[in-house]
Amino acid sequence: MNKSVELKNKRIIASQHVKLGQKNRKGQTYTDVNDIFYKAESTPSFLTGSEVIKEAIRRASVGSMVAYPITPQSEAAALIGELFAEDYLDEYFRGESEFAVMGQCAGAAFGGHRVYTTTAGPGTLRAMENFPMWAGSRLPIQVCVTCRGINSPLSIQPDTMEMHYLLETGMLVWHAETAQDLFDYTLKGFIVAEQPDVHVPIAICCDGFFVTHTKDTVNMTPEDLCLTPYDPYKAPVPCLDMETAPIRMMRDPFVMKSNYINYSTHASWQQEIKAAIERSRKHTVPLLDGLIDEENTDREVLVVTSGTAVSQSREAIRLLEQEGIKVGLVKIKTIRPFPFEEIKRATKNAKHIFVPEFNVGGWLAREIKSTIQNNERVYVGPHVAGGMTMPSEVIALEIKNHLKASGQ
Amino acid sequence: MSRMNIRISGLGGQGAVTAAHLLAMAANRDGKFSISNPFFGAEKRMAPAESYCRVGSERIYDRGELVYPDVIMVFHPQVITMQKSYTAPFYSGIQENGLIIINTPSDLLTEEDRKRLEDLNVNVFNHDATKLALEIGKTELSTNMAMIGACAGVTKIVSLKALEGALQERFGKKFVASGGTASLDEAIKKKYKKKNDLLKANMDCITESYTLSEGWAEKQENMKLVSV
Repeated sequence: MNKSVELKNKRIIASQHVKLGQKNRKGQTYTDVNDIFYKAESTPSFLTGSEVIKEAIRRASVGSMVAYPITPQSEAAALIGELFAEDYLDEYFRGESEFAVMGQCAGAAFGGHRVYTTTAGPGTLRAMENFPMWAGSRLPIQVCVTCRGINSPLSIQPDTMEMHYLLETGMLVWHAETAQDLFDYTLKGFIVAEQPDVHVPIAICCDGFFVTHTKDTVNMTPEDLCLTPYDPYKAPVPCLDMETAPIRMMRDPFVMKSNYINYSTHASWQQEIKAAIERSRKHTVPLLDGLIDEENTDREVLVVTSGTAVSQSREAIRLLEQEGIKVGLVKIKTIRPFPFEEIKRATKNAKHIFVPEFNVGGWLAREIKSTIQNNERVYVGPHVAGGMTMPSEVIALEIKNHLKASGQ
Repeated sequence: MSRMNIRISGLGGQGAVTAAHLLAMAANRDGKFSISNPFFGAEKRMAPAESYCRVGSERIYDRGELVYPDVIMVFHPQVITMQKSYTAPFYSGIQENGLIIINTPSDLLTEEDRKRLEDLNVNVFNHDATKLALEIGKTELSTNMAMIGACAGVTKIVSLKALEGALQERFGKKFVASGGTASLDEAIKKKYKKKNDLLKANMDCITESYTLSEGWAEKQENMKLVSV
C-alpha cells in the first residue's frame, strides 16, 4: 500500500479562492484553513456535541443543508436550521426520508454548492444507495454520521456498526473521538474532500450521545473567520450549469451495455475513486497532524482503536498504570484512507494488541488484522453492542485477564 | 489525579439533566475538568431519567453511563419505592466511602440496604429538597436546584459563586440543549414575570440547601468521600 506521508511542519496548500480576504454577508472574513487553525486564536467553550456541529457549520461557508429527523442527530440538524434563519446558509431543506435527503444533497452538489447533512444509524443504511453514487459522481458532500444501533430490536443508543457499511462506498471516513475532534474534522473535512485530486464525499463519524449529547470543553476558532467557499470549477468532473446540462449525465450511457468497454470503464472509475481516497493522505496528514495519534507505542501491550473507544481506553490505561501494567495507545483518526503503514510501524514491537469496539462485529479489529504481520497478536475486543456503555474498568479487566491467560 | 463521579436518578421533568449540566458548568468555572451527559434514550414525564456528571483534577475522557459512582443523588422517592431506576438496587455500583443524597421527607431504605451501605461506609443524607423548593423557589420545579445545593454543600465539588455563574449562563441567555429541554425551560420561565426573579429564587434555593447540607455534613464522623 501507500508509503506513509511525512510532512512535519508543512501545511495543506493554501486557498487561492477569489473571495479570500473578503467579507461575507454576515461580516465573516473568508480565510484560508491554515490561517484559521494555526494563526487565529481559539477560545474554550463548554458545549454539547450538537452545539459544536452548529458552531463548525457557522464557520464553514456551507451552501445547502438538508435535514431529516433521526436520533441522535436531530438536535444538530435543528440547530443548523437556526443558522439558516440567521442567514448563514443559502438553502436549508427538509427531506422526506434519508434516501431523499441524500438525493437532494446530490442535486445541490451537482449544482456547485458546498453541501452538508447529518444522519444516524438506520438513516445511514436507508440512505446507503446514494453514498457510492456520490463518490462515483465525485461530489464532495460532507455527511456527519452520529452512530447509533442499526439492528432490530430497536436501539437509539451509540453503536458503530454502520461505519462498517461505509468502508467501501468510495467516501472518506473519519472518526472523531471527542467534540473537539468533531469541530476540527468538520471544517478540515470540507477542505480535504474538495481538493481537485481528491473530490469525493466525506463521512465525519462520531459516536452518538457519547459525543453529541455530552457537554465538554471545546476550543473554537474565531466566529468572524470562515472557510473560503467551494469552487465547483476546480472539480475533476464538469460542474452542471447551463453549458453542461444535467441530462447529459445519463444520456445513452454506454456503461449500461454488457460488453468489455462497460466493464473496464466501470472498473477503472472505481479504481480512480480508490486512488482519490489514497491521494487525500497528503492533504489530511498536515491538517490532522497524521492519520493516527501515538502514545507510548514502544510498549509490549497496545490498545488500537477509534472514536469513543479511544476515550474509554485512555481511562483504562490510567487504571492499569496504577497497578503497574504499562499500556500504549494508537488512536486511528481516519478509517478511509486506512493508515496501513502508520499502524504497521506503531505496532511493530507490540506483543498484545487490543481493539475495543462499540459494535458486535469487530470490523476495526478485522481491518487491523488484515494490515499487520503476525496478526495473532490482535485480541478482538472488548466489545459492547446495542449502545451499552463500555466502562474503563471493563476494558482494564479484560486486558488483565487476557495477559494472565497468556502467561504474563 | 482525583475524580468524583456523580449519578443523578430522577423522574422525567424534574430537571435531572439540567442539574448535571449546571454542576458540570460550575465545576468548569471553578477551573476543574468536568463532563456531563444524560442517560441516552427517550424520556417522558414521571418515567425514569438519569444523568451523569464527572468532575476531576485532570482531563476526563470517560463518558456514557456511570456504572461506578461516588455520589448518587435521588431526585424522587419513586426512584426507590417504585424502582423507577435504570439499576437495581438504585445504589448499584456505589463506591466505598460514597455518598447518597435522597430527596425525601422520610427514610426509605430497607434494613438490607442499610446494612450493605454501612459495609461500604456510604453516607446517606435524607434531604427534603421539594419542601425547600416549594418554600423558597415557590415551585416544586426548583427541586433540582435544592439538590444541586445539597450536593455542593456536602461535597464542596463546586462553589456557590460558580453555581450562580452557571445559572446565569444557562437561563440568562438563549440555550438549546434539546427540543424537550428548551420547552421545559420556557415553561419555568413563564412561571416568573421576569427572568431575574427566576434566577434569584433558584439561587436562594441553592444557597439555603447548601447551608443546611453543609451543617449535616459537619456532623458526619465517618465521612471519607473523595474530594477534587
